This record gives sequence, C-alpha cells and structure tokens, in this order.
Amino acid sequence: MTVTLTGPLPSEQDAEGTYDVTVVGAGVVGTAIARELARHRLRTALVDASDDIGNGTSKANTAILHTGFDAVPGSLEARLVREGRDLLADYAAETGIPVERVGALLVAWDEDQLAALPGLRDKAERNGYHAARIIGADELRSAEPHLGPGALGALEIPDESVICPWTTPLAFATQAVRAGVHLHLNCRVQDIASDAEAHTLTTSRGPLRTRHLVNAAGLYADEIDRLLGHDVFTVTPRRGQLIVFDKLARGLVGHILLPVPGPAGKGVLVAPTVFGNVLLGPTAEELDDKTATGSTADGLDLLREKGHRVVPALLDEEVTAVYAGLRAATGQEDYRIQEYPELRYVAVGGIRSTGLTASMAIGRHVMGLLAATGLDLTEPRPLPPVTMPNLGEAYPRPYRDADLIAGDPAYGTLVCHCEQVTLGEIRDALSSTVPPHSLDGLRRRTRARGGRCQGFYCGAAVRALFEEARP
Amino acid sequence: MTGHARDVDVLIVGAGPAGLAAGAELAAAGAGRVEILEREQEAGGVPRHCCHGGFGGRLERAAHAWASATASAYAQGGTSGPVYARRSVAAALDAGAELRTGVTVTGWAGPRTVETTGPAGVERIAARAVVLATGARERPRSARLIPGTRPAGVYTTGELQQAVHLYGQRIGTRAVVVGDEPVGHAAVATLRAAGVHVVALVTDQPPRPVRLRSPHTPLLTAATVTGLTGRTRLSGVALRHDDGRTTTLRCDTVVLTGDFVPDHELARRGGILLDPGTRGPAYDAAFRTSRPGVFAAGNVLHAVERAEFAAQEGRAVAVPVLHRLAGTDEPAGGGRPVVVDAPLRWIAPNVTGPDGARPQGDRFVLRTMRRLSRPLLVVSQDGRELHRQRLLSAAVPGRPFHLAADWTDHVDPHGTAVRIRAQ
Ligand SMILES: Cc1cc2nc3c(=O)[nH]c(=O)nc-3n(C[C@H](O)[C@H](O)[C@H](O)COP(=O)(O)OP(=O)(O)OC[C@H]3O[C@@H](n4cnc5c(N)ncnc54)[C@H](O)[C@@H]3O)c2cc1C
Ligand SMILES: Cc1cc2nc3c(=O)[nH]c(=O)nc-3n(C[C@H](O)[C@H](O)[C@H](O)COP(=O)(O)OP(=O)(O)OC[C@H]3O[C@@H](n4cnc5c(N)ncnc54)[C@H](O)[C@@H]3O)c2cc1C
Repeated sequence: MTVTLTGPLPSEQDAEGTYDVTVVGAGVVGTAIARELARHRLRTALVDASDDIGNGTSKANTAILHTGFDAVPGSLEARLVREGRDLLADYAAETGIPVERVGALLVAWDEDQLAALPGLRDKAERNGYHAARIIGADELRSAEPHLGPGALGALEIPDESVICPWTTPLAFATQAVRAGVHLHLNCRVQDIASDAEAHTLTTSRGPLRTRHLVNAAGLYADEIDRLLGHDVFTVTPRRGQLIVFDKLARGLVGHILLPVPGPAGKGVLVAPTVFGNVLLGPTAEELDDKTATGSTADGLDLLREKGHRVVPALLDEEVTAVYAGLRAATGQEDYRIQEYPELRYVAVGGIRSTGLTASMAIGRHVMGLLAATGLDLTEPRPLPPVTMPNLGEAYPRPYRDADLIAGDPAYGTLVCHCEQVTLGEIRDALSSTVPPHSLDGLRRRTRARGGRCQGFYCGAAVRALFEEARP
Repeated sequence: MTGHARDVDVLIVGAGPAGLAAGAELAAAGAGRVEILEREQEAGGVPRHCCHGGFGGRLERAAHAWASATASAYAQGGTSGPVYARRSVAAALDAGAELRTGVTVTGWAGPRTVETTGPAGVERIAARAVVLATGARERPRSARLIPGTRPAGVYTTGELQQAVHLYGQRIGTRAVVVGDEPVGHAAVATLRAAGVHVVALVTDQPPRPVRLRSPHTPLLTAATVTGLTGRTRLSGVALRHDDGRTTTLRCDTVVLTGDFVPDHELARRGGILLDPGTRGPAYDAAFRTSRPGVFAAGNVLHAVERAEFAAQEGRAVAVPVLHRLAGTDEPAGGGRPVVVDAPLRWIAPNVTGPDGARPQGDRFVLRTMRRLSRPLLVVSQDGRELHRQRLLSAAVPGRPFHLAADWTDHVDPHGTAVRIRAQ
C-alpha cells in the first residue's frame, strides 16, 4: 500500500518510470475514479495538492444523497446523479458509510410556490423519479411540527437521503490504495508537458510521468485543462456558507426541508445530518477567489433570517460549526466531462452541486471515456472489501457496544465527550490505510473535536494523541 | 447495549467542585451508597487546569455566612486550582463517597437510572436520588458566530489551560484575548506562562471606571471581533470599534473567553425543564429540577461562578437530597417560575422554593446583558409588587449581583410567574 506525503515521487513504475493513469485531484470525484481504476491491472496514481483526500469542496457540502428529481432533464448530470445515487446507496450499505433516508419536503410558503409544485412533480417524473407526492398543509404540519407558521403545502420526495460526506471519499481512497493505487499527497500539479508517449507532470514534489491523465481538480479543473492547451470552460466559485446546529436540535427537523426553487437556484435548506446535527444553508455567492472559503457576517445573517422562517426554534439552539464550500460553476447547467483521445486525457470539470451523489457514476462514466482514449482496461477484478468506521448516529457507535469494549477497553474510553469518540476510534484512524495528517483530518475521520464544545474539554487531549502518533 | 445494572442511593454526575462537595457531604451524613461518576481520567473538574490562585479563598459576605453554618472541609485562604481539586477529591473519598473516573454518563434509562460507558463496559445505574453536577463551558468561536476563515490557533480558555498546564503543548507567539471577565485574565496568565506575548485584551463592553489586573496588557474596550483571518494558521483578529473604526490585530493565537453555557446536555436529554435565561436546568431553592429525585448543583445551573460557590451549592444540595431519601421532602410542582425582563439576562434559582424556602445565602443571583448603574430591581407577580430594591453599585455583564430573597413567602403559589425587572 502506497501513500506518500513528502519527498520525491517513487519511480518504481514501469521501465520508463511511467504510470498508466494518473488522476489529478483526490476529492470525492477523483477518489471515485481512482477506485474504478483500481479494478484493473494498471499502474495508477492519485495525486492531490493538499495533505489529505477530500480536502477541497468535498469536505464542505450539504451531504445530501440526491434523487436527482430536480435535475435538468436529459442532461449528463441528471443521468449520473440518478445512477450515482443507486450506486452510492448500495456501496454505503456494503461498506458502512452512514446514510439515512429521511426524505425531503419542498415547502411552499405562498400561493405562487404552491402552484409551482405540480410542475416540479412533473419534472421529477421526467427525471425518472416517480415517488414524488404533493401533500397539504395539515399533513405537512404533522410531519414537521416545528415548521414556522404559514406553510401551505409541500412536494414530498421520500427517497432524498443524507450521507456522511467524509467517509465516502475516504472509503473510495482506502479501497483504491489497498488495491494498489499510489496516493501522493502534498503533490500539486504545476505544469504539464505532453508528447506522443506520455504526459510529464511537474509537481511540487518533482516530475511524474503518466500515459493517461484524468483531471478531477475540482475548482482548478479549468487550470489543469489549460495546461493541456484547452480553453473550453472557466470555473467560477459559488460559495455556500452553512451553519451546523447542535445535536440537541435534531428533534426539531425530520426531513430535508427545501425551499421551492426560484430563479436564484436551489436556495437555503434545513436538513438533518447523519451525525445527528441540523444544517442550515447554503448561501449562493458568485466569487472570483477560489480560496474564499471563509464565512461572512452578511452570509450568517441571511442564513439566520431564512432559518428563522423555516424552523423558528432552531435559532435558539447552540451553533456547533460554521463553514463554507465552493461549488465549481462553469456557466453551463451541466457537468463538463470531455475525453481527448489524441491526448489520452479526460477532463472532469464543472462537477457542481451534486458531485457527492454522482461520484460513483462519474467514476464509471470516466472508465468508458478512458477506454476511448486507448487505455487498455483489461478484465476487471473484484476490489478488496472495506468496512468503514461508523460516524453516524443512526448506527451503532463503539461507545455503546458492550462486546467491542469487552474485547478492547479503548472503545470504552471516551476522549471527545460531545461526540462520544473513543480512544479506540482515534487510535484506529491514526493507523488507518489513509491516515490523517492534521487535526481536521482526524476530525473528519472520527468527529473528535467536532462537537459543541469545539475542544474546550478534549482539544488538548486529542492533540496530544495526534502528535504522539504523527510527530 | 447490554451490560450490568446496579443500584446506589445517590448518584452524582460530575466530579468538579460541586459534585465532589455534594458527595462528601452526603457520604458524611450517612446517605448510604454515594457514587460520583467523572468522565475525565482525573477528578476535580475545571480547577484541575486552573494553575492560578484564588480557589476556595475568603467568601463573599452572605455566602460565607452560609458556609460557616456547615463545617467546610476546605482550607481557608486561596490556593491554586490543582491543589483545590486534589483537596476536594480527598474530602469526598475521606467522607466515604465512591468515585469512579473515566466513566461517562451517556444517557438515561429511566427517571433516575443512567447509562454509562467506561473501559470496564457499559452499565445502568439506578439511584434513589441523582445530582447533576456537570459544570459549564465557554462558547467556542462557532457558537459566537465569528465569521472569517477557519485557521488553527483559536482557543477557549478551557482548551488553552489544558494544553499548557496539563499537556505542555506549544501555543504560539502572539495572542489576542477576547473577554475582560476574570477568566479572560486567567487566560492572559496562562499565555504568559507559556511564553506567548499577549497583544491585547479585547472587550465589546464600554470602558469601566475601575480596571481589573493585567497591567501589562493593553485593554481595548468597546471593540467587537468581526472576523478571523489566516489560511492554515491564524494571522489576525479583525475588530470594529464603537466609533466605526476598524483594525486588524496581527496574531497567531486568539483565546475566546467567558460566554459560559451550562453543560446541560444530560439534563435536556432526560427531558428536564431548562430555564430560558441560564440555559441550565430550572431549579428551586432546594436544587430540585423538574423531575422528582433529580437535583442539580454548581455551574450547570447558572454557568460560571467561583469554584467555592459551586462547592457550597454541592454541600447545600445534601439537605434536600437527604429529605428525599428519608421521604420527608415537599411534594414537587408547587414552585412558580421566576423570570427576568431584558436587559437582565438571568436569575438563579429560577423557580420559587417549596413553602417559600430561601435560596442559599438568602439571595438570588442575577446577571445583566449590559451595564446598569445602580438599578432599581422590582419583583412582581400578576401585577402585584412584591419587593423593590436599589443596588448600591453598578451591575456589569459577566459578573453576578444579588437580590434579597425576603419576598419569597409573599409569592402566590397559584399565581403565574414572578417577574423581575430593572429600572
Ligand atoms: C455548499 C455546497 C453544498 C453541496 N451540497 C451537495 C449535496 O448535498 N450533495 C451532493 O451530491 N453534492 C453537493 N455538493 C457538491 C459536491 O460537494 C461537489 O460536487 C464535489 O465535492 C466535487 O468533488 P470534486 O472531487 O470534483 O472536487 P474537490 O473535492 O474540490 O476535489 C478537487 C481536488 O483537487 C485538488 N487539486 C486542485 N488543483 C490541483 C492541482 N493543481 N494539483 C493537485 N491537486 C489539485 C484539490 O486539492 C482537491 O482536493 C455541494 C457543494 C457545495 C459547495
Ligand atoms: C478558565 C477558568 C478559570 C477559573 N478561575 C477560577 C478562580 O480563579 N477561582 C474560582 O473560584 N473559580 C474559578 N473558576 C470557576 C470554577 O472553576 C468553577 O466554578 C467550578 O469548576 C465549577 O464547578 P462544577 O463542579 O460546577 O463544574 P466543573 O468544574 O466544570 O465540573 C464538572 C465535571 O462534570 C464532569 N461531567 C460533565 N458531564 C459528565 C457526564 N455526562 N458524565 C460524567 N462526568 C461528567 C466534567 O468532566 C467535569 O469534571 C474558573 C473557571 C474557568 C473555566
């Protein structure tokens, strides 16, 4: 198993020191592609500029496993979301990624919105989703008793689900690495020189040669594309700020509560998380800075105002976290996935606000495109099964598991009290196939330090464990 | 879960000053099997990592009068937090209380039955009386809705003190401390001890006539934190002054102090009524919560007071608990809520006691949201005035002030809530 973080890149590849395929970007999309590649007898590299997988847009979204009911009918995105949802739901069941099928309600707050519901139901039908149903004010109120006053009705989408956004790319990466994919972190691609044989990537850790190339660089996919001489799309970041409310708020919200979409996009939702919190967000702000993942006073005010209308009592609850993610908008209402056979290259750009859901379907789709660029995929082999540590509240957590604790008291030793994370889980994460290299990385793998006190109680203890394992 | 089930007479959750004092007092009074559970590996609560003096020293007037009525196991004169913590633990053990550390109460399995997790497994413990003494914590950056990036180098005092005093971790080089309450000054002391230069102490409150200690640190008053900057590591704290000026203080560390919130999770998970002001369990002068047989003491009731105050509450809870065990307690449910109008923030206790019982020290504790110079406090119920009292000094945010309790026997037990307003 190969995960590297520093030093020159290994050149134990083929005779010419060349990988068969390299995937640039280890977000949820890049890791899903790498996992598909891992099925084949190929020398595959997955490189990322950051010190962790899933450290870009993939760590900061609303974590919904979409049905795709509201996609643009006939688009590539609509198809990949629909397929990706089923693939990921099955994969989650197999690997232990937490998913909860809570269902969504598109709540109509005025007559115009109410009148828009049948059209949205028809659109869902055109997207192959047939379970959507319009419900009246009374049924809505009994389903969501804490909803603010004035809701007139809703479109119910019973299959919308919430999923763990961190375990998903981690499962993909873990499985890929265990099947032989090389993961190189802290490895930023700065330049690309291509000849008839191969691409030579200039990276922050030295040169890397690869015959085929997949660009899954998220917000920077346009820049990688330009290094290959294209000028097809430009990624502009669309920021989404979010507020996470404490787990004690979870009882206030049963479904994913969506606004009826207007011209301004999907709008601000209130949704449960698999960790047992409640999310409020995201905003939608067009920016030009791809690093602007900060929150703003205006953004937070706007969220609180919107949230107050939807679930007034939510605003009295403690806030656990505030964060922002950047969607990769390209000015086109679809993904920008394109193969270039002459360059042995596939661009996977513009994976906007549905990439978590679509990731596995994108992975499969890219396999087809890579074959079209002349990559000999050979007969696929089964991947080694993986079981991910459970971070979800709806599934058994170690601190409640008497048998597990009897076998190893470390699972009965709580370190992070707010999130009930045990010493055993922290130890396991620190020695896992794709270990964390920062406290935030450890938090995404275990939730340690991610609770309401944000480290008042456990911060120093968690840091001590981390530094002991990774000096 | 499957696991063992046990019975005790009194179960105390939390081994801070309040829980340990309650355990010591109850065990000494022959309450039977008194067990204290603490989720940390070491008992003692917050004082374990407060390496400054000022613990258990001379008490304020009325509290002191109250304390001398019960024989205090604590030394007179201030001592350091860790010493205070060790003494409190020894007092509880000497009195015969059982103390189990590394054991977390994770939830409820009945009205007075808790579920626990520890290295020895999961358990259910049923008690005849439960005392919640789970303490309080400071609100972190996220809960304060401070916008900006999410760099490393952002602390609460609790985390800072543990990092420095318990783990000897490196902190940074230049720090800003937000909050001018006593705990902010404790943070300054800890930073200094860790060799960190303290750039400034910042508060959104207007300047005070009399300043606290920390003469070497500039105090910026009437300044609100508007954001944090920095990518992986903090690079600055942006401020807006009341006159509209904005500045950014360059630093790699910020400590957000004060703004305490009771650790009420367990109370709330058990469906125990909370007070909207304190955010701790609603309680009366006998430390009774809304659930019969479940009591609460210490900072879980009202966020932060001095350790000795929490310990006093711990000792005081023993009497009503003993009544409960003996079956001589008053029937619950008679208390009226006591509520405050803005700008008052909260009052404690916030339910009137059984049969006009007076709170500890014969007075209620209050806090205000903004400075009030010599306010007139008016107590009324259903439009009927019960009491008025002029304070002799200013009430300031972050510090307790008091209201005499001699009106409690005039409360109509069938009336609505008692209101307190400041004029
Ligand atoms: C606010 C918000 C809410 C969302 N909600 C949902 C949702 O509910 N459901 C859903 O399905 N989707 C949602 N999404 C969308 C989803 O998060 C994204 O589509 C997905 O994370 C995109 O993954 P990615 O792998 O393409 O990009 P990223 O996760 O950004 O990965 C790209 C990676 O490329 C690396 N990289 C970039 N440049 C280079 C370089 N030069 N060299 C090496 N590495 C490089 C980066 O470090 C990064 O790790 C949401 C997005 C946002 C912002
Ligand atoms: C930074 C700081 C400086 C201070 N300086 C001073 C000072 O100089 N002088 C002074 O007099 N006071 C000081 N104080 C205040 C003093 O520390 C508190 O008043 C006192 O600790 C409160 O006691 P407590 O027992 O209510 O709560 P805590 O001390 O907070 O103890 C609560 C205990 O309950 C445990 N617990 C919580 N939930 C559970 C659960 N579910 N299961 C098991 N255990 C649980 C916690 O781990 C903790 O040990 C300071 C406080 C702080 C934060």
